[in-house]
Amino acid sequence: MAKINIDGEVYEVDPKNNLLQECLSEALDLPYFCWHPAMGSVGACRQCAVIEYANDEDQKGRVVMSCMTAPREGARYSIEKAAAFRANVIESLMISHPHDCPVCEEGGECHLQDMTVMSGHTYRRYDGKKVTHRNQDLGPFINHEMNRCITCYRCVRFYGDYAGGTDLTAQASHHNTYFGRYQEGTLESEFSGNLAEVCPTGVFTDKPFSEHYTRKWDLQTAPSLCAGCGVGCNINPGERYGTLRRVVNRFNEEVNGYFLCDRGRFGAGYVNSDERLRDSMTRTSGSAAPVLAPASAARDKLHAMASAAIGIGSPRASMEANYALRERVGADNFYAGVSAAEFALLNQILTIYQQVPANIPSIRDIENSDVVLILGEDVTNTAARMALALRQSVKNIATELAEKAKFPLWHDAAIRQLTMDRKSPLFILSPHATRLDDVAAAVQIGTAADSAKLGFAIAHAIDSQAPAVKGLSKVEQTLVETIANSLKGARQALIVSGTGSMSPALIDAAANIATALAGKGENADAKAHLCYVVPEANSLGLALLMQGSSNDLNAAFSSGAKQAIVLENDLYRRAATVDVDNFIQGLEQLAVIDSLKTRTGEQAHLVLAAATFAESAGTYVNYEGRAQHFYSVFKPIDSIRPSTSWLSQGMSLNELTAACAEHVAQCAGMAHLTPGPDYNIAGLKAPRQSHRYSGRTAMRANINVHEPKQEQDENGVMVYSMEGVPATRDAAVFNTPWAPGWNSNQSVFKFETEVGGALKQASHGQRLLTAGGSEKIWFDANVPGSEGDGLDAFPLYHLFGSDELSAHTTAIQARATSAYVALNPADAENLGLQSGDGVQLEHNAAVPFIIRNSIKAGSIGVSVGLAGLNIHNLPARLSLSKAEAWKSPAGWRAANIIVSDKRSV
Amino acid sequence: MMDKPLTKNIEAGRAPFNLAQYQAAGGYESIRKALSQAPGEVAKLVQDAGLRGRGGAGFNTGLKWSFTPPPDGGPRYLVVNADEMEPGTFKDRLLMEGDPHLLLEGMIVSAYAIQAGCAYIFLRGEYTDAEELLLAAIAEAYAGGLLGKNIQGSDFSLDIYLHTSAGRYICGEETALLNALEGKRANPRFKPPFPQVSGLWGRPTLVNNVETLCNVPAIVMNGADWYKSLGIGEDAGTKLCGVSGRVNKPGCWEMPMGTTFRTLLEDYAGGMQEGYQLKAFLPGGGSTDFLLPEHLDLPMDYGPVGKAGSRLGTALIMVLDDKTCPLGCIRNLIQFFAHESCGWCTPCRDGLPWVEHIMTKLETGKGEKKDIEILKEMTAYMGPGNTFCALAPGAMEPLQSGLKFFMHEFEEHIDKQCCPYRQQS
Repeated sequence: MAKINIDGEVYEVDPKNNLLQECLSEALDLPYFCWHPAMGSVGACRQCAVIEYANDEDQKGRVVMSCMTAPREGARYSIEKAAAFRANVIESLMISHPHDCPVCEEGGECHLQDMTVMSGHTYRRYDGKKVTHRNQDLGPFINHEMNRCITCYRCVRFYGDYAGGTDLTAQASHHNTYFGRYQEGTLESEFSGNLAEVCPTGVFTDKPFSEHYTRKWDLQTAPSLCAGCGVGCNINPGERYGTLRRVVNRFNEEVNGYFLCDRGRFGAGYVNSDERLRDSMTRTSGSAAPVLAPASAARDKLHAMASAAIGIGSPRASMEANYALRERVGADNFYAGVSAAEFALLNQILTIYQQVPANIPSIRDIENSDVVLILGEDVTNTAARMALALRQSVKNIATELAEKAKFPLWHDAAIRQLTMDRKSPLFILSPHATRLDDVAAAVQIGTAADSAKLGFAIAHAIDSQAPAVKGLSKVEQTLVETIANSLKGARQALIVSGTGSMSPALIDAAANIATALAGKGENADAKAHLCYVVPEANSLGLALLMQGSSNDLNAAFSSGAKQAIVLENDLYRRAATVDVDNFIQGLEQLAVIDSLKTRTGEQAHLVLAAATFAESAGTYVNYEGRAQHFYSVFKPIDSIRPSTSWLSQGMSLNELTAACAEHVAQCAGMAHLTPGPDYNIAGLKAPRQSHRYSGRTAMRANINVHEPKQEQDENGVMVYSMEGVPATRDAAVFNTPWAPGWNSNQSVFKFETEVGGALKQASHGQRLLTAGGSEKIWFDANVPGSEGDGLDAFPLYHLFGSDELSAHTTAIQARATSAYVALNPADAENLGLQSGDGVQLEHNAAVPFIIRNSIKAGSIGVSVGLAGLNIHNLPARLSLSKAEAWKSPAGWRAANIIVSDKRSV
Repeated sequence: MMDKPLTKNIEAGRAPFNLAQYQAAGGYESIRKALSQAPGEVAKLVQDAGLRGRGGAGFNTGLKWSFTPPPDGGPRYLVVNADEMEPGTFKDRLLMEGDPHLLLEGMIVSAYAIQAGCAYIFLRGEYTDAEELLLAAIAEAYAGGLLGKNIQGSDFSLDIYLHTSAGRYICGEETALLNALEGKRANPRFKPPFPQVSGLWGRPTLVNNVETLCNVPAIVMNGADWYKSLGIGEDAGTKLCGVSGRVNKPGCWEMPMGTTFRTLLEDYAGGMQEGYQLKAFLPGGGSTDFLLPEHLDLPMDYGPVGKAGSRLGTALIMVLDDKTCPLGCIRNLIQFFAHESCGWCTPCRDGLPWVEHIMTKLETGKGEKKDIEILKEMTAYMGPGNTFCALAPGAMEPLQSGLKFFMHEFEEHIDKQCCPYRQQS
């Protein structure tokens, strides 16, 4: 720590941080624009200027940018004395800013508004013409209003430098600098939504939010979790008048930090969808018309059948909902609700996590890894936020260079010049080109079996105890040695694989590499990071719940059950249509609890309208075994109930969570995710509404002029009210960040122990899985080859469309496409196929065909999760044939498929 | 002729020397001499000679070279800053159009001194004649074994590439130049790290002005003491100096460092045109402070001009006569600088257009009293140290000295609500 003097006060600061960070951490109000805690300092905006004095005698000092200054022990600084300079800065950068705050979406949470007020700029002396710009249509996610731009360069620094996007750039120069695309069109980056949060003013705003816009202070919000994939990003959704208006990032330094992917941000619109089930219904038979049922009758009916029914759980339902179903039907009658193949993979991953001598990395750990190997997982499309972290990992080469050149890591400008194009190694073994290829040291295209073979060989090259692999080509052997040596020399090696390729061999290979690396580092306790991407928000939680059981979906189908309760699950997405049809036809009673209409639900005798994540609370366990709690944002309307409330008999959510913690192996940590139902400070609980929430007495006045009693939350920590524990003081949950003078999301630092540091008052979740053992267990390196006619088919995932729930959101649909298959050019030519033809795969209806350069010869990419194809046995050998006289479907937008080898689309 | 190491081969109206002519006149001899010495000795010689950067900043060239780290086997670069865009400056053009082989010779020797294997000439895009001449000279030099692998049988190899700029004033700033050369936006880089350590593509790089490098062959041939003796004031060597404006013979000449402004103006440029009086002058380009007739007897050395409140800059003076509106002159310069701001930092990007707007108001008779206060405030706001690079502080130099020397004219513009100079004519 260093002692410094700021305006006569002595502060102890961390000399490893910059002066701006330290001033903010000390609660000193110092305005800034271009600096961002995740992107470092570049010194462009000049707004954070302070005076630095050379010594005790120096009275004049000199202007320095606090973001570019490392605090010196004993040095003297003044914030006050640079106020005039900062006033000049804000006044000049505002000379062309429009007077449109009242109609600007950013108003009320605008960093520029806050900083203008903080800098004391109230009157514009500039009396000339303003510079104006033409705006662009940037696609379904982001609005563009360039006239508001203050040229802080944050957008391009995030979009290009941080997220790797290439289609948003700084153009023109001087007072006319422009941030946009080279021509109008949809922003390609999967992280474009962060522009709305990174931009300090209203140049880039959330387009779907604009369509039903509400000021920040009028949103009811709660700490929630994204249900879009297995990463478990923390989000802060906002509601008004019973509809979910938007999703913004909620800081969690262990998981998503400051950023979300676009599926997470824009994919929650299904909560308001017309396809929502809002009432419960009964049917006398699967084909009969549904009859509305009162909630109490529906509930009675469910409980009446529960004792004789099997239960089918879901990886998209919370721990508590799955547990409640398991309790209702008994553990023997509870089935996982995922295909046999996926069930096996999840079990395999869980076992590896528990046994292999490796650490399971958080997203932050992933960012900090300096040598990475990805085995067969298209991370950008299956766990996008993790891909963003992997993209940062290649920058760790700067750590060493910076140390040598004595530059602090926050100094983005200097670090960038030092490192230039040099990157820490990232190796990718994949069946096709991925969106991380541009930062990869090597990309090896091969089937899952090829990649597994290489993986086992890499493990053997690191530790000769690991089983060897025969029959590698010379080129393959060289690559194996390169990767093995690189991993061995790593400060922190990371192996990434996952369920994406649906290959057990690949998962074993990844485990062998991590095992081989154990003890290979500088110290004998050194362990590699090993992580597996899992498909859904609670996939790993479901696996924990199913430990010791072999009840997968196939087992459910062959159980001979006559009654079944299906929880938040569309079985047709999990298994072949014919199998699901047979199962349902064999049932006398089928009850489905779900939030959206599904093909399974359409045949149910009892349908119960379930709450989505936004209207319910619970726990998800993410890819790393981190249990996190999500609070309900608003009370469900109509006869919608949370699944837990339909299923449990008199048990509150808190009791269900506690029961999970007590009775499910390794889930004890779930008991510590919230402050508990008795939480209060002087009788107050945490409010969901801001103290500025408007219309409380008026918003229902068209129904009744009497203000109703505030809704109660039986879960006990938060209230549906504007009254409660002030957010910045003592609140034990981290809801919407706000602090006096800091209305924008920049105020998050007020909730951190230091700028960019840990949250003071919220749970980061609990890691349920501890690091595996120390014993080296080797998996068999025999990779089964594929047999039979046809081509090696592998799954292709899409961030926009492959996920069931977000695909019901209009904005996501605009970026999605219908199902398709892809081949490399040589195979396409052999089969006489051209991009845009229709092809038929197995017994499915015809789908569009495209050519992709980076697909291995003899293999075929098959889109999964998208409407139009029903393939459930990947990887497999499949044959395809040209569908003559076929016309491309309405939902087919080939341009929406953004891949690294896109020139071949 | 050896008292004019820069222009000895240049003759008005005659095409520049080709390789054979240049060698016949003693050209390229310095390469042989340099190659017989250790690279460090050549660099030391240049440092001892007191050669100071001729791009305007006047930093000791050999000292700048000494900041490069020792070779590590990776690439090292020499980059010639030939992006001559300073208003009123046309000295590098004279050298490149008059004697292109001299620049190449200077580059080869300098590249050897810093052990760079690759050199770039970053040429102002509008200098199309220089481009043709340099390309021809480079081709001749390759054919003559003066460039390429193992120059003159030594271990030293050098390739030279010519890059023509897309045309931004900011590319004259060495780090913006490097960004432009890499194909990035021409924004200046933060220093440190300095280009000597992490420059072009992150490798050790030296960026030197054309005129600076053209001095090197003669220093190598004749030694440090000889070079120092060329100057008649406190600085060493000769300098290309010139005059533009209403003088009888505007032009550019090589003269000893330390020659007075009066000698330049009266002896070389033939004095003011008839009917015009010298009102003030910018001593070294558009981004220097005005000096007054009382400063004419100052020697053209970096120190004395600095003490007088300006900078020697490029030493090509722009003359302001008594019939030209000083506000119009300043407005014109500010308009140029505002347009050439790269847009990176706020004071320059958004401050200069505001100043331009006020100067236009004053010139068009719409000035207000408060505008003068704002202008004064702006000169402090965009002063040295407050901005990311030196563009805006440079732009403020003619304005701040203008406000000091021509306050009467500023007030007159406001009082009369018009430009009094235009009213006269």
